[in-house]
Amino acid sequence: MKRDWPAQLLLPVFLLAALPFMSFSTWLTLTVAGAAMGMMLFLMASGLTLVFGLMDVITFAHGAFISLGAYVATDVVAAMPEMVASHSWAAALAVLAAALTAAILITGVSGWIFEVVIIRRVYGSHLRQILITVGGLIVAQELLVAVWGANPIPIAKPAALQGSVVIAGASIEIFRLVAVALGLAVYVCLQLVLSRTRLGLMVRAGVENIEMVEALGFRVKRLFVAVFIVGCALAGVGGVMWGIYQGLVTPAIGPEMMILVFIILIMGGMGSVGGAFVAAILVGLMTNYSGFLAPKLALGSNIVLMVVILLWRPRGLFPLVKS
Amino acid sequence: MDELLKLSGVVTHIGSYHILHGVDLSVRRGRVTMLLGRNGAGKTTTLRSIMGLWKPRAGSIVFDGTPIGTLDTPDIARLGIAYVPETMGIFSQLTVGENMKLAATTARFNAARLDDVFRFFPILKTKWNDRAGLMSGGQKQMLAVARAIVENRRLMIIDEPTKGLAPAVIDQLIACLLELKARDTTILLVEQNFHMAQSVGDDVAVMDNGRVVHTGTMAALARDTELQTRLLGLSLAAHQ
Repeated sequence: MKRDWPAQLLLPVFLLAALPFMSFSTWLTLTVAGAAMGMMLFLMASGLTLVFGLMDVITFAHGAFISLGAYVATDVVAAMPEMVASHSWAAALAVLAAALTAAILITGVSGWIFEVVIIRRVYGSHLRQILITVGGLIVAQELLVAVWGANPIPIAKPAALQGSVVIAGASIEIFRLVAVALGLAVYVCLQLVLSRTRLGLMVRAGVENIEMVEALGFRVKRLFVAVFIVGCALAGVGGVMWGIYQGLVTPAIGPEMMILVFIILIMGGMGSVGGAFVAAILVGLMTNYSGFLAPKLALGSNIVLMVVILLWRPRGLFPLVKS
Repeated sequence: MDELLKLSGVVTHIGSYHILHGVDLSVRRGRVTMLLGRNGAGKTTTLRSIMGLWKPRAGSIVFDGTPIGTLDTPDIARLGIAYVPETMGIFSQLTVGENMKLAATTARFNAARLDDVFRFFPILKTKWNDRAGLMSGGQKQMLAVARAIVENRRLMIIDEPTKGLAPAVIDQLIACLLELKARDTTILLVEQNFHMAQSVGDDVAVMDNGRVVHTGTMAALARDTELQTRLLGLSLAAHQ
């Protein structure tokens, strides 16, 4: 199969381009931090890119599911104080697994309700999707406030995941390594499902031509619901990791991330999981590199990166073909 | 011979456009029915209405005794109807093999049918692992037809398969359809190419302005150039 080498080489070139501007240990620290942030962003963006790619649905309410995942994690972590305080790796991973499982279940079910009540009525109309999902986001944020209160809720990082390890002279936070591992695992799972299973085949075909998938006898509407649930659950996973990483959860924790999430979707190519993966790491790296080299430019650096990539590839790095 | 598919008074709108004004059409079991007509006569809309891709507002569509006019497209396809659209409907980002896998109803191919596909279109075996979007127009059309025949279907609906194809590819498609016809496969075929229409057609229905205005045998229409000119605007030979 023909490979798109310029787009695939962009990430390694970007990594190497930053190296001359800092010491190796600083570069390694920033690179791992950037990759960890990128992986958490990928978790949040992957669901949205699937939803857009297959369903052609733009949902601004995605941020609410990120927030919901983070809030669920606050309750789960608070309910396991002894395990959180334990320095055992097994206890720390158990806390994380419990928070992730609860978040996946609750955001998945909430996503299913959201699809049935709201999204199903606005298929095929981007303007109505934007209007109704912005409204849905406001309602969801208020519901979060009603359930968890308006004050920020602290969330403790399991003791075993606190602190750093020194690798090649660089200090690297343990939690960031866990985030990288989780993000990679999710990416590999998504790619395996998309490339090796019949369900994945249907999703990839549906992204291109929904009508033809239906004409082959597949009920795409059911696939829409399944993909939307998975998308919301992935947002919840991202919310758990981001919430624990930040240490403080507010109703705005999800919506605040949506600008970066949309930058990732646009840069990667709307609907492309692989594109979202590369773009998320690029955004994470850019945030960390520019924060170190030119802190005043850090805020706008990702916008500049997106503009440059869109000037080069107007449809993103790995655009999907729709017919 | 009995009717496998029967349309009675089918009326279809696309948005504010009234396209089909009461289509009556019969497709007999084991026969190849050609649906002919000028551009814009409503042929593609008729096929899409049968597949449920555009819902008829009135009339009935009955497939082997089952009313299908209100069914969703996947349910219609699951009755054993294969559809090859004018645009071919190839998934260009998927490989040839993946396109074929999606067309099979089970995870495993029927080996004999797959052998048939490779015998009709050997190029698909060669390009099995290549991305479908990288193939030529003719190869894509072969893949589109191959998807429809990879399993035994009760009815094949094919929309202008020869459009824009080279003569050698058209001959391959004709050979394929003739063999399917010899196996009593029921086919509803929209086609502008006279050579193909005459080669494979048993029955014919001619559409004009959203209605079927003539039905009969393909052989009779092929013989009657005056009728061709009246129904189609020019003789079938001129369509070649």
